[in-house]
Amino acid sequence: MTAATALREEARTSAPSRVDGRHRRGTGRWVVLALAVLFGLAMLVPFVIMAVNAFKSPQDYSQNGPLSLPTQLYTTGLVNFWTRTDFPLKLWNSIFISGLVALFGTGLSLLSAYALGIGRVKGRTWIIALFLVANMLPQEAIIYPLFTMANAVGLSNSQWSVIIIFTVIQAAFGTYLLASVLSTFPSELLEAAALDGAGRFRTLWSVVYPIMRPTLGVLMVFFFIWTWNEFFIPLVMLTSNATQTVPIALSSLQGDRMMDAPTTNAGALVSLLPALIFFLIFQRTLTRGVTAGSVK
Amino acid sequence: MTAAIPARRRGTARWVGYLPYLVPGVLAFALVIGYPLVMNVYISLFKWKGGLAPMRWYGLGNYADLLTDDAFWTSFRNSVSMIVAMVIVPTLIGLVLAAVLFDYLGRRFGTRVAAVLRATYYLPQILPVAVAGVVWNWILNAQDGAVNVILTNLGVTEPPDWLGNPVLAMPSVMLVLIWVQIGYPVVIFMAALQRVDPELYEAAELDGAGWWSRFRAITLPQIKPETFVVTLTCTVAALKVFAPVYVLTRGGPEGSTLVPSYYSFLNFFDKSKVGYGAAVATVLTLVIIAVAATILLFQTRSERREREGL
Repeated sequence: MTAATALREEARTSAPSRVDGRHRRGTGRWVVLALAVLFGLAMLVPFVIMAVNAFKSPQDYSQNGPLSLPTQLYTTGLVNFWTRTDFPLKLWNSIFISGLVALFGTGLSLLSAYALGIGRVKGRTWIIALFLVANMLPQEAIIYPLFTMANAVGLSNSQWSVIIIFTVIQAAFGTYLLASVLSTFPSELLEAAALDGAGRFRTLWSVVYPIMRPTLGVLMVFFFIWTWNEFFIPLVMLTSNATQTVPIALSSLQGDRMMDAPTTNAGALVSLLPALIFFLIFQRTLTRGVTAGSVK
Repeated sequence: MTAAIPARRRGTARWVGYLPYLVPGVLAFALVIGYPLVMNVYISLFKWKGGLAPMRWYGLGNYADLLTDDAFWTSFRNSVSMIVAMVIVPTLIGLVLAAVLFDYLGRRFGTRVAAVLRATYYLPQILPVAVAGVVWNWILNAQDGAVNVILTNLGVTEPPDWLGNPVLAMPSVMLVLIWVQIGYPVVIFMAALQRVDPELYEAAELDGAGWWSRFRAITLPQIKPETFVVTLTCTVAALKVFAPVYVLTRGGPEGSTLVPSYYSFLNFFDKSKVGYGAAVATVLTLVIIAVAATILLFQTRSERREREGL
């Protein structure tokens, strides 16, 4: 309502400029479009430079600079990177860790959220608040104890330590999100299930889970990408070539003498392709989901 | 509050039966986050080289040492630059971009055009930030980086060392972070605008309100909740930032891009000053909680003012 009054106020004061605006509208909108497209192109420049220089020989690069198209397809950089990092292994490590975290994290979130959102366990506000605060913690504040704990139980340099840690970290957010969704779960369905004699587990498995499947799917995609992109904890916990993930493998080659322009760019290119492909496949889910939880 | 009143009560409250479902989550949480967090604070009270080395009680000594440590203060000063690059600039640009895409281009060229542009702006967000950092590290490299090769070809004899010069390194890192960050507010704000009643805009347009007045009178107030969410999440992310600094500059040159998280990492795993690193991490945690609480308080106040204003 205040907005409406303010609006009328605005409309009155800005009346002269309106005529002007209408006048220029025909060409003005093209100018705005051009500016928006230009901004988009500026955002894409690093990607383009990277893709062009991934397949350009070092001689070609030093002669013609980063902006020209390669004179011939040069794949030595890609091969260098691929063999040096044993890329298929790194890819598998990333898929293995992110996939299991997505699965376990979503499962754990659903269990906790079932108790909090539908079971309405006493003190749930505090528990959810605690999970939310945990999401804000810097990972540095837990890393050293986690590092010593992993060593103590024989999980040093083990992907399972990373899987366990991220399952819990992601589930802290997932629980918050799912609990708020489940607290609005239609109570008629729950009552009907109770009348049919379904116990708590039965209700979770055959009433709540089927209805929540789309939301759980979004959550899984998110957990997968977030874990895929994680850097700090894998950097500390995964110390050998055999266990490392894609981002760590790429960054660990920095400063290496074989990392010339084509190798760096080809490496970056194949490292971001999985994320890009994943993004394109789930684009709709993601743009819907990125706003989930932003407003209760 | 309790929506479904239990039909059968057997003395104990209904919610008790749900406790088993909470046990795995709470146990895992206590083990992986709660206990390490407490241990970290405990470690910060010792002088410790890590591993099997003896822990020597130091009380609050590490914290006292922080007060006179220039690097520590520099790292938090640099956090302010990170907030500028990851919160203030992206939020402001994001507001304008979202409103232009939604309220101007979306109307004149169709929602498809707006959606494609939005996806373009969002693209850097989906990359592993370490990968983005490696690419930018090469683009800004002093010798064979893309920018300097272009500059040399244009006849510049001594192109600047973007990441190696203490004056230029921070602005360069900030530029990269703005590039990474900008898509996030655009996507959130555009989704928020879909929530706004289109009649508001139509009425305003009929009244003759121009784009700028619609932006100020409708867009800004209507998406205030999302603005708070973006501010909160991005500020926390800016205070925690690690990977871009690690792959771009490693906190250098001369500590000009040092941030708290990197400083604590350095003490843990490079300088073997584990107790000291733990103290830095503890201070960072407290700062983050304090800043987040302030933003939340501000939000609640503003919401209350709005309700009373109506």
